[in-house]
Amino acid sequence: MEMRMSKFTDFFGGFKLTMQHIGRPNVTTSYPQKKRAKQPRQHGRHVLNRYEDGMEKCIGCELCAGVCPANCINVRGLDNPMDHPVSPGERYGYIYEINYLRCIHCDLCVEACPTQAITESKMFEYSFSNRADAIYTKSELLVDDQGFPQKLPWEDWREGEAEMTGGWMRATSPAGDAAFEGVVQWTGDLGAGIKAAEAGQSENRDDKATGSKQLRDAFYRHLEPEDVPLNRRGLEGMMTQVMEKLPPRFKGKK
Amino acid sequence: MNSLLASTDPLFSHGMTGVVVLIVIIKVLVGFGALMGSVILMIWFERKAISDMQSRIGPQRWGPFGLLQTLADGIKLFFKEDLIPAEADRFVFKLAPYLVLVPALITFSIVPVGGTLNIGGHQVMLQIANPPMGILLMLAMSGISVYGVMLAGWSSGSKYPLLSSVRASAQMISYEAALGMTIVTVILATGSLTTHSIVTSQAHGIWHWNLIRLGIVPFVVFLISITAELNRPPFDVVEAESELVGGFHTEYSSLRFALFFLAEFMNTITMSAIMVTLFFGGPAGWIPPIAHFKWVFPIIWFLAKTTAFAFSYIWFRAALPRFRYDQLMDLGWKRLIPLSLGWMLIVAGFVVSKPWGLIMIATVLISYTLLERSFALGQSRGKDGEAILPTVGKRPLPGFALRNFTDGDADE
Repeated sequence: MEMRMSKFTDFFGGFKLTMQHIGRPNVTTSYPQKKRAKQPRQHGRHVLNRYEDGMEKCIGCELCAGVCPANCINVRGLDNPMDHPVSPGERYGYIYEINYLRCIHCDLCVEACPTQAITESKMFEYSFSNRADAIYTKSELLVDDQGFPQKLPWEDWREGEAEMTGGWMRATSPAGDAAFEGVVQWTGDLGAGIKAAEAGQSENRDDKATGSKQLRDAFYRHLEPEDVPLNRRGLEGMMTQVMEKLPPRFKGKK
Repeated sequence: MNSLLASTDPLFSHGMTGVVVLIVIIKVLVGFGALMGSVILMIWFERKAISDMQSRIGPQRWGPFGLLQTLADGIKLFFKEDLIPAEADRFVFKLAPYLVLVPALITFSIVPVGGTLNIGGHQVMLQIANPPMGILLMLAMSGISVYGVMLAGWSSGSKYPLLSSVRASAQMISYEAALGMTIVTVILATGSLTTHSIVTSQAHGIWHWNLIRLGIVPFVVFLISITAELNRPPFDVVEAESELVGGFHTEYSSLRFALFFLAEFMNTITMSAIMVTLFFGGPAGWIPPIAHFKWVFPIIWFLAKTTAFAFSYIWFRAALPRFRYDQLMDLGWKRLIPLSLGWMLIVAGFVVSKPWGLIMIATVLISYTLLERSFALGQSRGKDGEAILPTVGKRPLPGFALRNFTDGDADE
């Protein structure tokens, strides 16, 4: 049998790696106390959005109910009352129910919605204890007068989970066509107005808005050297890290 | 009887008075308490260290830094139902945990933790006992704990524990040979069996430590074979979770299960301490010139060295994958036993005189060459398929033979 020269050093590879891991930050967090920043498009509990003037966006078209693969949405539309309309159009969502015992958070309803009325928040930790709580009605799903999702007693909301829940959430696509990068194609939301577009793949992300910087940094530290993106390696990587720490006016573009 | 005890322990030189008995009782209680406490710390230390090595957090809920996690686990196990399988041999099943635990406790009694204190005219050694047979007690106790593991598996009346007990007896006995011979080299260098004199003979500085004095090889052999003796990873084929569920303690629950774990970690600590005693001078080390507190520093040195070895076991567990059973046997019989035997002969030769040492080196080298030749010959026979017994690790895949067998059946 052929002996490789590296066989002896291979034996100590495991010892070296385990020692390296002691120096690295932990991947695990102590979960209920500390939570990781969520991805900007985390699929959580739905919200029904309203326009800046307080009108509901839902028009009761039932497209979301039609597309739902789990059959968990129940929508019934009704003609808007002439004296105090609920939505700007002809009809509005009279009944809107989502059964969270069935929902798989696939976001197809969000994609189907023509008015960006239904989107998802980032909150997924809700532990209801009975069937009535599991079926969310329209009064529970609708955003409150400040434009934030309602925080129900059995839901565990953390900081940042109630932000960016409007039409922005489905409409910008960092992985999509570069031609649409930075183009606003969504309506305004109650309280927040028209949210700015997120930069796409050009690494000029608005890290404060997305909250994913911490996560990416931790991720890079746990990668094998060869898996680290090129602009994170060696001298260039050091430059990138220095640049990130600089105030925006030194960064040149943007 | 008294004179025999007094020959190794100056505490008994004035006869068995009440004060002497009291001192012995206090030593036993303190030793027991310290060992129990250190087991709790060891389990915590292992869990924390290994989770750091795997980028996890580890226990953190009970007490500061999760220090009381072991206590919580113990209380939980205490209140669990104690099950005995219907097929089990009830008496042996109940006896086995104690056969593992008691030797683990007794072995610690010979470890010198510190120097000698003078308390009210009595010379008190900081070790529970210093029997004339000394280090042989450790070999005897590890021999008995094999029974514990073996009988636990056998009496469970279950298949996996039985397989585990077969593995346990084979593994522990084969590594005990190498273990014993490395201990013999230490005894040869010291000229005495007692742990106290083993430690005092190494007390004059690092160059007198057996690690250096005997060459590194006995230490390495001892480290490997003691890891196998402890059934700790990478030699944990006895309780290989992926193969044998839990190994010999699969059928155990409640307090008996806890006893097995207690014994395992107690053994880990004790063996670290024994290793420090044999090769690293025990409590020997630099003592700062501070009056009245000189006796503290040997204990600190001892604890530091023992902790370092306890950490090394944890490191092994995190870094190395489990040995296959045949690899385990290969390493034990083909490598460690010849190595320790040869090294023992060389040390024995040098103890007699330099010419004899050189003659022994030549003899050992020649016999190693012959041994390698015989290994190579045995392997080459296996390749041609002419071997009387198939070589382990290179036999044809069972699937092939099975397919022939079933195909033949289908044709008929």
